[in-house]
Amino acid sequence: MKMQNKRKKSRRKFLQSSGIIGVSTLLGVQTFPLSSCSKKEGSSQTIKVLTPEGKLMEVEANQLQEVHHHKPTSSKESRKGIPGKKFVMVVDLAKCKNARECIKACEAHHNLPPDRPFIKVLKIQDNPQSSPYWMPKKCFQCDNPPCVKVCPVGATFKRSDGIVLIDNQLCIGCRFCMAACPYSARVFNWGKPQPIGNSKHAHYSPETSTPSQVGTVEKCDFCPDLLREGKLPPCITSCPNGVLYFGDANEDAVTNGVDTVRLSKLLKDKAGYRYLEELGTEPNVYYLPPVDRLFPFKE
Amino acid sequence: MEPILKTKENQQVLNDLTTPIVKTGRNFKLLMLVLSIVIVFGIFAYYRQLKHGLIVTAMRDYTSWGIYISNFVFFVAVSLVGSLISSILKLANAKWSYPLTRIAEMVAVASIICASIIIIVDMGRPDRFFYVITHARIQSPIIWDVIVIITYLVISILLLLLPLLPDLAICRDQLNGISQWKKRFYKAISLNWKGSPMQQKRLKRASSILEIMVIPVAFAIHTITSWLFATTWRPGWDSTNLGPYFVSGAFMLGAAVIVIAMYFVRRNFHLQAYLTHEHFDKMGKILVMLSLVYLYFNINEYLGPAFKMVGVEGEHVTELFSGKYATLYWFVQIIGLILPIIILLFRRGRKPLIMLLVSFMVLLGAWLKRFLIVIPSLQHPYLPIQDVHESYHHYYPTWEEWAITFATFAGVILMVGLMMKIFPVIPITESINNRSSKIADNDTSNK
Repeated sequence: MKMQNKRKKSRRKFLQSSGIIGVSTLLGVQTFPLSSCSKKEGSSQTIKVLTPEGKLMEVEANQLQEVHHHKPTSSKESRKGIPGKKFVMVVDLAKCKNARECIKACEAHHNLPPDRPFIKVLKIQDNPQSSPYWMPKKCFQCDNPPCVKVCPVGATFKRSDGIVLIDNQLCIGCRFCMAACPYSARVFNWGKPQPIGNSKHAHYSPETSTPSQVGTVEKCDFCPDLLREGKLPPCITSCPNGVLYFGDANEDAVTNGVDTVRLSKLLKDKAGYRYLEELGTEPNVYYLPPVDRLFPFKE
Repeated sequence: MEPILKTKENQQVLNDLTTPIVKTGRNFKLLMLVLSIVIVFGIFAYYRQLKHGLIVTAMRDYTSWGIYISNFVFFVAVSLVGSLISSILKLANAKWSYPLTRIAEMVAVASIICASIIIIVDMGRPDRFFYVITHARIQSPIIWDVIVIITYLVISILLLLLPLLPDLAICRDQLNGISQWKKRFYKAISLNWKGSPMQQKRLKRASSILEIMVIPVAFAIHTITSWLFATTWRPGWDSTNLGPYFVSGAFMLGAAVIVIAMYFVRRNFHLQAYLTHEHFDKMGKILVMLSLVYLYFNINEYLGPAFKMVGVEGEHVTELFSGKYATLYWFVQIIGLILPIIILLFRRGRKPLIMLLVSFMVLLGAWLKRFLIVIPSLQHPYLPIQDVHESYHHYYPTWEEWAITFATFAGVILMVGLMMKIFPVIPITESINNRSSKIADNDTSNK
């Protein structure tokens, strides 16, 4: 019962926030052409805007200012995590066809050059007899993270919501975390990062991982900036095959953008496992074995 | 002090041992020039790295540590020589080793300074170097390494300078025909040493405290360096053997470096009377003993994984034994370890020139061995290396990396060379004392 209440609440919250987003999009679209001339004195043009309560208002155009819906979370705030959450991902290996849409979406969101993606899709063959399968791999956001243990300056850290983040304003570029990560999840800015594509990448926060800095380390961050807005990471929503599930272990629910399922039941029914469990890193990414596939393996 | 120097023989000792300070040959100047050019070239390479980032190296996401790190491990290993000669041999009462103490300390100080420089060169953000102090997380093995390297550097400098005090006083009082700044320098650095009984007593006390203190710190510096690897989840590094394996390898390398330094000091400064064939013979015996210990740890390091052939660990060992790195691996094990042991076991193999050759073999093997410890492990992660640019699969160091590496070698030789131009390379006071005690011994035996 309690759980249902909570879920209802979070749905309401979700609707609320999507309403705000709708308004801000409207605002954004409307103000964009004007923003260049918004400083002009004596302009008598007015503009109609919708308030969150649903009232239509008229405002003088030169009074309008573009508002960012979410300020980038500060470095200090980024260390805390989103209260009450415990984020998990489930990867259904039976469905992955190596469509690589997750990689592209991730690149766009994090402004990454194509040669060093946060997500890799590996071809794995467990033994010579069994059929190979595609294994999407990103940071496992371990509960016992080797990278966090070895960092000499605390530039990489574990949050209360389970996410492991990097503050690239602190990173000294020693690459000990890369040596320590048994899953090779981390990438390094060996050279100058590519120029910023759009304004959303301009203000740094450990939660967005953009803009990148030369000589610092990066990795998949579970997109906490989107999670704060109640949105799913782009890799989840972009997957055409519904391979990737994302959710909150405290709510015991994960979704691939289409279906929402109970996490515990999914893992139980489909024999979910964590990669290299014996290393004791306790990942927050689960895999469902590549069984009962509907399609043959194709390179 | 003064009356001792009055005798003719002792005046000769003083002359012999201070000649390198007073006179500088053309060859030496030429060497310093060449070394400076190498260093300037290395600085240029580093300037390029600062400008463009670590992209100028061949390191990439999988091989994320390269020859900077293996070179760092190498120089940390070399620095252990200081504790071996000036502490362990001294505490073991090996009186013959006193002419080597200062050379050893000079090499130790120079190489630990260079090791610190290399580790800064390896950093992606050298501008944030001081974060390791202001934001230090004591749980990280890197911070342990920073602490122990600074401690070892301080102790090594003290171990070099404190026993020098009587000699510096001699330089201050006896040397003529040196430049004014050198005179002033000796006056300042000899800390008003007069050789009074109280000063003697205090110096002796301080030296023995340092000699004992340096042993655990020396073991710690290389053990912690091995933990930079052993605390990770990598095949090839995930070993409990790594600490003693590194320490024993370092002592062996240190002994070889001392032989090389000894050879050139002896020849170029004409000190054949002070660094005798006996010294080479004894250092040869020490080197062969240390090599045997290292061989033992080598067998320990590879036999287990090679016998079991577990997963990636097995792939890593196969790569070393018969794969991509096999030539290098067997070169290191045979030329750098087994052949030196065989040669040095014979008395004829412990002659100066052969010892020099063998020590160079050990040196080369030791450098390549550190390459083999760092790089192949990184190329064998648990998950296969796929879906990346072709350059991520291998590691061939770029000219910038080589230039910086050669510059660090040049830096060590340059620093040691310059120190030899300021400080008497063989302890004067001890030479004189040993001489008089030998004469006294002869007198008593004659009676």
